[in-house]
Amino acid sequence: MMMKKQNNWILSGARVIDPVNNIDEVRNVYIKDGIIVDEAAMQGVEAEELDLTGKVVAPGFIDVHVHLRQPGKVDAETVRTGTLAAAAGGFTTVVAMPNTSPVTDNAAQVQYIRELAERDGIVHVLPCGALSKGLAGEEMAPIGSLASAGVAALSDDGKCVQNHELMRHIVEYASNFDLPIMDHCENTALAAGGVIHEGYWSVLLGMKGQPSAAEELMISRNIMLARMTGCRIHMQHVSARESVALLRYARANGIPVTGEATPHHIALTDVEIKRFDTNYKMNPPLRSEDDRMAVIEGLQDGTLTIIATDHAPHTQTAKQVEFDYAPFGIIGLETAVPVTLTELVHKGYLTLPQLISKFTKGPAELLKRPIGSLSIGSAADVTVIDPEVEHTIDINSFYSKSRNTPFHGYQAKGWTAATFVDGVCVYSRLDEER
Amino acid sequence: MDFNWTKKDLLSLYDLSREEIVHILDTAEEFKKVSQRNVKKVPALRGKTVVNLFVEPSTRTRLSFELAEKRLSADVINVQADASSLRKGESLLDTVKNIRALQVDIVVMRHSAAGAPNFLSRELADCSIVNAGDGAHSHPTQALLDLFTMREKKGRIEGLNVAIIGDILHSRVARSNIWGLLKLGANVTISGPATLVPKEFEKIGVRVCRNLKDAVKDADVINLLRIQHERQRTEYFPGTGEYAKFYGINPDSMKYISPETLIMHPGPINRGVELDSAIADGPQSVILEQVTNGLAVRMAVLFLVAGALK
Repeated sequence: MMMKKQNNWILSGARVIDPVNNIDEVRNVYIKDGIIVDEAAMQGVEAEELDLTGKVVAPGFIDVHVHLRQPGKVDAETVRTGTLAAAAGGFTTVVAMPNTSPVTDNAAQVQYIRELAERDGIVHVLPCGALSKGLAGEEMAPIGSLASAGVAALSDDGKCVQNHELMRHIVEYASNFDLPIMDHCENTALAAGGVIHEGYWSVLLGMKGQPSAAEELMISRNIMLARMTGCRIHMQHVSARESVALLRYARANGIPVTGEATPHHIALTDVEIKRFDTNYKMNPPLRSEDDRMAVIEGLQDGTLTIIATDHAPHTQTAKQVEFDYAPFGIIGLETAVPVTLTELVHKGYLTLPQLISKFTKGPAELLKRPIGSLSIGSAADVTVIDPEVEHTIDINSFYSKSRNTPFHGYQAKGWTAATFVDGVCVYSRLDEER
Repeated sequence: MDFNWTKKDLLSLYDLSREEIVHILDTAEEFKKVSQRNVKKVPALRGKTVVNLFVEPSTRTRLSFELAEKRLSADVINVQADASSLRKGESLLDTVKNIRALQVDIVVMRHSAAGAPNFLSRELADCSIVNAGDGAHSHPTQALLDLFTMREKKGRIEGLNVAIIGDILHSRVARSNIWGLLKLGANVTISGPATLVPKEFEKIGVRVCRNLKDAVKDADVINLLRIQHERQRTEYFPGTGEYAKFYGINPDSMKYISPETLIMHPGPINRGVELDSAIADGPQSVILEQVTNGLAVRMAVLFLVAGALK
């Protein structure tokens, strides 16, 4: 990794793709004092010019679903290592889930995360607050105080509020503070004890499954609550065919709901479970090929506007156990761009601008923040992609503290080439490829 | 027997070819003769160390393995721990490292988590792993002894109609039997309460029957599974009384079951629930012969995997 304090740049020769501004053409991008500027503003400014011919310059990617594990599980990840991994993966903003220890369910904890981010963060870290106290699903978290303390969103991720009345009140109450509500959609009674998707492989392997209906029920619930209250609800890691269909119906009817897909639900299915490798254990679980294709269709037709990693680091000690006992989750920050470029763009499901929109425009609209674009005057968060370069994913090259990924050895086409945060180059492999 | 056995582990019948399964059954026939002799012990595993690692309680299977090991002259160590205490104290990975350090030859493992023997097999390259039952996944020696008993009594497996009745969903015995029977060309039917009989089995060629009579009336073999109503987290059926009425084998159901049909059960039997007591002890029952054959099959498996480990 090379870090350059320089923050005046001329990025030249690249194909610039900025879905927010509807830009897709070869042009120069100018950065002055960490801000995107026009050519005129660069007159007389000393800047380094980078020839990025053959590359793609895009707004900095945003990951709305990341577990940084600090405080609580710093043996698995820290703000430092997690944001280094983000930078290497092309992400300039990450939303940090609140299921740390202690939980981010009060203003002091939000303040602490912001201080950690300020001190150790390589990229922007936006804290996400809890919906309910202690993620217990019983009492509303102090949402107003969380908002004042600076959370960017609210979620009980990993858990799901089962009490529909409480969820209704959370959604309504939060609307005064205009915070996006993000929900891990899971009916816990139906999913209880399930370690993989319920279907052909759970039956053949004799493992307890989580039926798709456990997700579909809560997506339906959230759609009904969003319709009733008029408040927006975002569905995290949508994984099942009917979930996508429900969202498609809701959005067509003007109900304010959105959904995200993860790279692993785009690339993998539950057939992998037969080796009992715990790097394939996550929640929601890998589902069938039919579900995988439905997620891709949802991305194609715009039902799913966001790709998010659900980056969930766990130590090897935690993961090297019997499948039933292993924690759910895999890391994703450093594999998301190569995996989605390979699976979606090079296989012809999405165009490059469509894919970039899922990492920029979609998340920025959810968060209602002035990020995810190359608009003049905005912070110079920039991701440079080399869409044609081929490398094998290797866990030994990761900046993340953890290694729990099913993509080790995956042949990927298309990688992050450089990442700029506020005009500072925080990651680059441009030199090695030259 | 000029078959060359090469597998150092026995994890699941899913992993075995038809020829390999037949070879185990043929080898077991030879070992059954040993058990009928005056001196029942052979030196096949002399100098070998076997650890019976039972991370889930078991009486019958452990006794059967231990006796098989002793009749093969192996040195035997029994480790019994329930999964929760093992998790609190030592991880399975650390247990594995200790086994490796002690240069054990064979580990026979029972575990409540599916795939635990596969985990052991990946970590222990110099040691044979024999699966004595993992969660609801696999119980290969039980299925092999069932196949052995069917072949001994009926003279063949191919073309036999075998009905497996009961809690298929949670049964490693059912899964292993299904793979073994399909590989050897039997026709497999499963039946029981719909909550416990997954339709997905149809995709691998199993007939799923909602009605007991249809499932058993043409069966050459009926294999009954133990109902563990008291251990279920939630209700899959209203109670053992209703189970016995609709899915139990009793004198009424025997009216439409052929007198040639074998009645099998992996034990322990819930007398009066899945199987009427008189039928369990009656002329069509081969339940105790299954126990006898289990010994021969386990001797054969231990002998073969030890031979593959050079």
